[in-house]
Amino acid sequence: VEALVVEMQDPKSGLKFEEQKLVTTTVPHAIAEAKAFGTMMVAYGYIYPLQDHKRLILKVDASLYRFQVTLETLILCVQCPELPLLRKHASNVTLTLCTCGIAQTPYFWPVQHWRAEDTDYAIYLAKRNIRKKGVLELYEQEHYNNLHKWMNHKWDFIVMQAKEQYRAGKERKKSDRVVLDCQERAYWVVHRPPPRTASAMDYGLDRLIDPNAEENKTVDYYRRIIIFNSQAIMRPKVKSTVSLGALVKFSSTFKNHDPFLAPCLPSNPWLTDDITYWELNLPRVEVPTKMRVERWTFNFMELLNDPCGRADFRLFLKKEFSGENLAFWEACEDLKWGSAEAMKEKAEHIYKMFLAPGAPRWVNIDGKTMDITVKGLVHPHRYVLDAAQTHIFMLMKKDTFGRYMKSPVFKDAQKKALSPQPHTFTNAQLEQNARNRKPGIHPIILHQQEEEEKAKLAASGPVDIKQIMSKLDRRTDLKK
Amino acid sequence: MCDQTFLAITFGPCDNCSETKPLMNIYVKNEPINYCSLCVERMACQGLGPNETLATLKTESETLKTKLEEERAKLHDAELHQVAEKVEALGQFIIKTRRTLKGHGNKVLCMDWCKDKRRIVSSSQVRPFRWRRHEHAVTMPCTWVMACAYAPSGCAVACGGLDNKCSVYPLSLDKNENLAAKKKSVAMHTNYLSACSFTNSDMQILTSSGDGTCALWDVESGQLLQSFHGHSADVLCLDLAPSETGNTFVSGGCDKKANVWDMRSGQCIQSFESHESDINSVRYYPSGDAFASGSDDATCRLFDLRADREVSVYSKDSIIFGVSSVDFSLSGRLLFGGYNDYTINVWDVLKGTRVSILFGHENRVSTLRVSPDGTAFCSGSWDHTLRIWA
Repeated sequence: VEALVVEMQDPKSGLKFEEQKLVTTTVPHAIAEAKAFGTMMVAYGYIYPLQDHKRLILKVDASLYRFQVTLETLILCVQCPELPLLRKHASNVTLTLCTCGIAQTPYFWPVQHWRAEDTDYAIYLAKRNIRKKGVLELYEQEHYNNLHKWMNHKWDFIVMQAKEQYRAGKERKKSDRVVLDCQERAYWVVHRPPPRTASAMDYGLDRLIDPNAEENKTVDYYRRIIIFNSQAIMRPKVKSTVSLGALVKFSSTFKNHDPFLAPCLPSNPWLTDDITYWELNLPRVEVPTKMRVERWTFNFMELLNDPCGRADFRLFLKKEFSGENLAFWEACEDLKWGSAEAMKEKAEHIYKMFLAPGAPRWVNIDGKTMDITVKGLVHPHRYVLDAAQTHIFMLMKKDTFGRYMKSPVFKDAQKKALSPQPHTFTNAQLEQNARNRKPGIHPIILHQQEEEEKAKLAASGPVDIKQIMSKLDRRTDLKK
Repeated sequence: MCDQTFLAITFGPCDNCSETKPLMNIYVKNEPINYCSLCVERMACQGLGPNETLATLKTESETLKTKLEEERAKLHDAELHQVAEKVEALGQFIIKTRRTLKGHGNKVLCMDWCKDKRRIVSSSQVRPFRWRRHEHAVTMPCTWVMACAYAPSGCAVACGGLDNKCSVYPLSLDKNENLAAKKKSVAMHTNYLSACSFTNSDMQILTSSGDGTCALWDVESGQLLQSFHGHSADVLCLDLAPSETGNTFVSGGCDKKANVWDMRSGQCIQSFESHESDINSVRYYPSGDAFASGSDDATCRLFDLRADREVSVYSKDSIIFGVSSVDFSLSGRLLFGGYNDYTINVWDVLKGTRVSILFGHENRVSTLRVSPDGTAFCSGSWDHTLRIWA
């Protein structure tokens, strides 16, 4: 910013201000950028408003032409500690300002490295006090009293400096004095902001570790780099065309589902205050919408992540007698993300239910994976079932998912799905909606409902393959 | 999706100490080995071998770095905007503030959405914690609450900041209940907490801290499950991958690096160092194959995880203030960035151009999140307000 302001003040190419209203045509986008930029310049005190000096914000005038700010060609790059790096500009636009602001002289720029010392502030306040008693604002008076208290030892020096500056000021031309006074006042508004205003100098917290400090380059520093890079080199990578193509494809696939790119049906609740859209898309609904069902076809995870989708998939699996795969996957997820305490018990339960020879819901995983898993279960860990879970997941993804898409269960869901019409609210109705805003069902209640459902599902009992087999056997026996 | 993470063995007996633990997959002289994190540490800290000096190690590390760059460059056969050439351009956008939430008495530092898409939790300096829609304030004994997160079930929130801790507060239907009484201290870092996030359940929290580490905690017991070392300065942000197996996360720090970690073993599996200043915010692309980061160098960048490189830089000469927070829209086509110059810029991710600039805040935008169903996004600012945009 500093460099930019330097350019601005260059009498030939830079700012023309103080009197005129210059009209410069600009590209519409630039006006928006310029506004942002102008706001920053005021906030940091590079330009300060004459009236209303306490609030350092840029006011945009009603008529667009009074306020036209565009950007100037930079020649230098400036690095300053508070503001990020500036880069060379190729564009060539002029920066002009209207009468509402005056630029600060470089002496008072925040980027100057001398810190706004309390001593200086004390001198400034004292000086103003000398000039006219009772001119200090309440917050300034408070500051003054505080400074007087803990800078008492220096007070003679401060008063002397103040008197000196006051005397020197009197010897200047009136116009110079006024300008300097204004600048000084603006400077202190930035560095000692009045209460309940924000200061642009505020940058948040200091970082703990100084990233610019040289790192101690010991043996382990290099070894770690070696270890990391060795594995990074061996890590399989894909060609850019492939991976970028996938990103583009994803974006196109979901385009119609993005509320910012395509309208929500019936309407976006934030725009019309009508919550139909949210009600139709609650986690568990009787009948999902067409858009929702369409998402299930995009990829397997979309299907599983949607409670309705998962329920539909579970229905399909029940008909195929392969429900144990999904149940196993869910149990593994529960183990991974569950609390540490319950882990051991869960792992044992899963083994008994899904992995042990002759288990009621035995899952079919290859010998090697089964071997690793069983060995790991001796000392259970939250990731002990990782290999098995991945195997089952890939099985479902590559095989079962495809068959589900072609199944009558899914086709049925597609047929039944709702297709809400776009809203037809009049302006009056929209106002009515806004007045009737209500908070939704409390998530705690929703959660309780979900837990109840889960319990019901578990209680209904898993399909016991042995029972079914024995039932089938009995039936064939009867037929004989 | 990084199929590689599927095939890697991340749990089993360590090749060195034979204990059955989470494993890191590393290479020694091009041979793959599976060591537990303790053995990897030992390996890193061992003294110089017979033919080694600090200089030889330095040269070896430089050679490897160059080799990695070469490998990456070999596969770089297209730019994002080229691949996206045929994609339709975006139309005009009318995004406006639909709600302004006032009530914080001080700078808003962080916010998070509830899965119900309507509630948010936000935290601020001094008056730390609010839970929207049903105003519920909790005072915490620390000045800056820089991180807050809503639990997936909607039944709890977590927050933390300068107190070096992450605490979980179970929520209740009773508006008058004193939430501070039921608070549970979960994470303990040696310095300020910069970000926190629940994993897929209410039982685990992932945190990042000014002490340079990230950590995974068990909520009930407060036990440290895994720690992640590798950043050489404060870690400022993190985001969990939406990928199928949900086993990775990305973190960004003041050392200008964005690291991708395997949650199971604590191993840093990918690292990107192209920013020129502190990385304030990282967010995964909705497919999980890429992530965006926002930094004090006034740029947002997109990193492709499968190609292992930076693929796009979102910047303009006229933007010179740092990005505090980024998030993607539901399809990943739009990237919203909150900047320190009080504005929000909306970028077209695929074409690399800016689509819109939004005004409204009167101080820097400190946090920005898109709602879970993508219908709106919320921005919090140092001007004490939160705004919902749609």
